[in-house]
Amino acid sequence: MTSATFVRQQLIAPSNPPASSVGTPAWLRQKLFGSALNAAATVISALILAALIWPTVRFMFIDAVWDGSSRVDCLEETVKRPVGACWPFIAAKFAQFMYGFYPADQVWRVNLTYVVGLVLLVPLLIPRAPWKTLNAVLFFGVFPVAAFYLLVGGRFGLPHVETRQWGGLLVTLVITFAGIIGSVPLGILLALGRRSSLPLLRWFCVVFIEFWRGVPLITVLFFATYMLPFFLPESWKLDPLARVLIGVILFAGAYMSEVIRGGLQAIPRGQFEAARALGLGYWKMMAFVVLPQALKIVIPGMVNSFIALFKDTTLVLIVAIFDLLGQLRAAFADPNWATPVTVLTGFAFAGVIYFIISFVISRYALYVERRLSTGVAH
Amino acid sequence: MTKTAFYNNPRFRSAFYQLLVLAAVIWFGIEFAINARANLEAQNVRFGFRFLNDPASFGISQTLISYSEQDTYTRVFLVGLLNTLLVSVIGIIFATILGFFIGLARLSPNWLLARLAGGYVELIRNLPLLFQILFWYVAVLLAMPSPRQSLGVGLQPLFLAAADGFAYLQYFGMPESIAQWWRGLAEWIGPPAVYINNRGLIMPRAIFGEGSGIVVAAFALAIFAIIGLRSWARRRQDATGKLFPVLWTSLVLLIGLPVLAALAVGAPVSFEAPELRGFNFVGGTRVIPEFTALLVALTTYTAAFIAEVVRAGVLAVPKGQTEAAMALGLRRNTTLRLVVIPQAMRVIIPPLTNQYLNLTKNSTLAVAIGYPDLVAVFAGTTLNQTHQAIEIIAITMAVYLAISLITSMAMNLYNARIRLSERV
Repeated sequence: MTSATFVRQQLIAPSNPPASSVGTPAWLRQKLFGSALNAAATVISALILAALIWPTVRFMFIDAVWDGSSRVDCLEETVKRPVGACWPFIAAKFAQFMYGFYPADQVWRVNLTYVVGLVLLVPLLIPRAPWKTLNAVLFFGVFPVAAFYLLVGGRFGLPHVETRQWGGLLVTLVITFAGIIGSVPLGILLALGRRSSLPLLRWFCVVFIEFWRGVPLITVLFFATYMLPFFLPESWKLDPLARVLIGVILFAGAYMSEVIRGGLQAIPRGQFEAARALGLGYWKMMAFVVLPQALKIVIPGMVNSFIALFKDTTLVLIVAIFDLLGQLRAAFADPNWATPVTVLTGFAFAGVIYFIISFVISRYALYVERRLSTGVAH
Repeated sequence: MTKTAFYNNPRFRSAFYQLLVLAAVIWFGIEFAINARANLEAQNVRFGFRFLNDPASFGISQTLISYSEQDTYTRVFLVGLLNTLLVSVIGIIFATILGFFIGLARLSPNWLLARLAGGYVELIRNLPLLFQILFWYVAVLLAMPSPRQSLGVGLQPLFLAAADGFAYLQYFGMPESIAQWWRGLAEWIGPPAVYINNRGLIMPRAIFGEGSGIVVAAFALAIFAIIGLRSWARRRQDATGKLFPVLWTSLVLLIGLPVLAALAVGAPVSFEAPELRGFNFVGGTRVIPEFTALLVALTTYTAAFIAEVVRAGVLAVPKGQTEAAMALGLRRNTTLRLVVIPQAMRVIIPPLTNQYLNLTKNSTLAVAIGYPDLVAVFAGTTLNQTHQAIEIIAITMAVYLAISLITSMAMNLYNARIRLSERV
């Protein structure tokens, strides 16, 4: 018996999705050329991108002058082609950009400080590395003292180097690091004070924090440089760099305290009450129960404040302290390297340094944020 | 039951610690005052604000109010304050526009545009502001050509560039007539009215003739009319549900009324275009390069932060809101305007104000390039001339503190007004 009825025994293999909805063509259509407006946006973006990237690449690499010894090597008349970056200028000024006028035979001290700092910092940043407490004590407690004696000298057979001779990236990093080391404890104290139950203390902290947060950093630096010396005994001859550091720490400490206060507010009441119930006093409760949790939450915020601090260090050039940007500006005035491309070369070099440092720190903050957000389950 | 010792009594402890703080603050104050007195005497500086009435005897490169070297330091203070406010206000307007544009571009479905906006934010935020100000000033504006070779800004240079582009494409078979057409268009549109050179930005100057007060009055009237129209349109919509095109009517009013008034009294406002004669420009008005550099740097820098604020605000509106609006039959732009943006604004406004405040505070970096803002002329030049460090820095800090406090007070008021009124 034959039947016309057909019953399929096997399933048909699923057919491929339409070509217009998968793969590169679909992606292009959805993301770049979906509508006329979308296509126009794509074209304009591509034009802007090309107009930015191509001249930059030409300037930095293709047209750049790579070796030479004076301005003549970077002139169009000598090279006989359009001239891009004048890298010999950077090479000639490199020591100044890095160390300022730190004596050349003593520069090893700066380099040693960098190496020790990095060796201590890197394991601190890797969550899996062991001995965190010891590491933190070494980095935040021992290293600053060691770095101080190493850089300033005058002890242990090291010749004294005045801070007037410091400059360049050295000053930028010293101010950033000292700002961090000083502002975190100050910030913790101010944040605790602002949440204290003692009205007088609380009001003092509120006024202190809001004052420093309400004024621009420049006026703080002016205050530290011109006004502070009036308020201190005449016999205290504060070093110009130290004065600036005081200003930076007060300023950064006020901002830091607000970040830390955010963390304190996020700790549930039960934690405080449990610590009290266990018989801990105020300081023990804060040190062993509240702060470890609060600080952990605000690590990303603190790192963002560190980036802001790092970028703000450039302002010290206004009170005649030569950080990287200050040295750059001074180098532009050198007639031996006066060419049409000197200024752009200098900005390209300093820009790359500033960008890399703050970009790396911000990525680290992002990494910590992601790590923490997966670790804390609500 | 044993009685607790008095030093374990919480109330005693509280009072004791607070007295300790008070004593420390007072002791520091007294110590500072004694030191200040001794130091001032040693340096032969007399404390007081009498110096404010002395003649300043230095010139200022940009003044919004009349100023001469015989004027007093008080006048210098005012000139500086106005310059600070000028660059801040214009910077805030531009930064808001650019920031919203970039923030929305980051959310664009267009992959390339979103990446481009993201790259902008990343680049700008990771470079110090002072670096950017110096870059714009030293590397861009001071590197501009001399007045004779000024760069024109306007449609003609744009059309000429287009003509050059098409002329280049001619090698790929583009007919030459297109380039010629663009060139003709450039010729027809005439020379631009705005020029850039190493002395600054040259722009046309508005000359207010007889009866220009009427135009200004018409402008003010238009603003009042718009405010009235808005509230009327809202009431009508609440009552009848009918929409009224407020935006277009407002624009027509804002432009139309002053133009009508100007025509009625015979064009009292005219523009004087700058003209190159010999080695420099005659006529028009010149914006100093310091101002332009500061404005560009502050605008682009703050815009990057505003873009992030805007993005966060829009992302904070739950997807369900858009879907619900769509389900109710609202069109895409209506959804945005009536549902998404009002809710996003609640999240955006507080951090946005913070950015405005930052911009104002950052305008103090003007001192690095010599734009005569409050810090540069008052805490800079005036301090160097008079050595009245304590008074001058205290005044300067007080000004910025006042701006900060007033802004945050206004912010709190606004926040209270737009706060979500929840069910009781």
